[in-house]
Amino acid sequence: MRAFLDMGGYAAYVWPAYAVTLAVVVLNIVWARRSLARARAEARRRQSLKEAA
Amino acid sequence: MSWAWFHRLASPPYVYALARRLTPWFAWPAALAIVGGLWGGLVLAPPDYQQGDGFRIIYVHAPSAWMSLMVYTTMAVAAAVGLIWRIKIAHAVAASCAPIGASFTFAALVTGALWGEPMWGTYWQWDPRLTSELILLFLYLGYMGLRAALEDTTRADRASALLAVVGVVNVPIIHYSVTWWNSLHQAPSVMRLGRPTMPASMLVPLLLMLLGFTLYFVAVLLVRLRAEVLSRERAASWVREALSA
Repeated sequence: MRAFLDMGGYAAYVWPAYAVTLAVVVLNIVWARRSLARARAEARRRQSLKEAA
Repeated sequence: MSWAWFHRLASPPYVYALARRLTPWFAWPAALAIVGGLWGGLVLAPPDYQQGDGFRIIYVHAPSAWMSLMVYTTMAVAAAVGLIWRIKIAHAVAASCAPIGASFTFAALVTGALWGEPMWGTYWQWDPRLTSELILLFLYLGYMGLRAALEDTTRADRASALLAVVGVVNVPIIHYSVTWWNSLHQAPSVMRLGRPTMPASMLVPLLLMLLGFTLYFVAVLLVRLRAEVLSRERAASWVREALSA
């Protein structure tokens, strides 16, 4: 396990590279879901305004 | 041949429902491929004879770089379809691509810098490959900035599509930069004519990562596309049913 984490002495480069990529992968999921939730809320508001009119 | 399927793809309610149904079919295989690729790349693949374990950065750097180019190409093709046939859904696809592409271009630049320091002795160099990839990031940011600056959706669609289409010349420049000019960056080892230059134990995890990231892109794009379609169509009558479903 120690050897694996040490990455043959390249740990300071390998792990940050994986961390940045993982962050971008996760953030894209979060951002996409958030923009869908926001669009749904906005559309729901519009639809209820239309109904009231 | 019937063009009915093509016309259906221009219909917002159809696309909204289709995108919703298709998302898990891309998301779960993407997760499987990425987990398999990570296991293969970090655990099973042997260390490189020159770069030791440092070469394992390839399993995040190459997929990020692939995303930066593939997403841009998708965006430019969708923008061109939108411009030529005036299909709004195509513009919605292009607009949905931009933030995904921009973030992976950023990841490609950062992971590249982290690979460059131990292997070349520098995080950054004004080298053809690195510079043209940085220009790609600016193209994405310019596209997003232009869209954000134009209030009217139709005008934003047309202006940003033009930028996306013109900017696509940068894609082959990035790909061939390492062959055309002297570059610190190595030549392609997978996407080349002839056989890849890697043994299978290193290559298979990389192919899994490339496949996984591509499927992941489609899944994220489908979610973003639904948001984009909804915000364009929020007053349309089909939206009420779609929201209650």
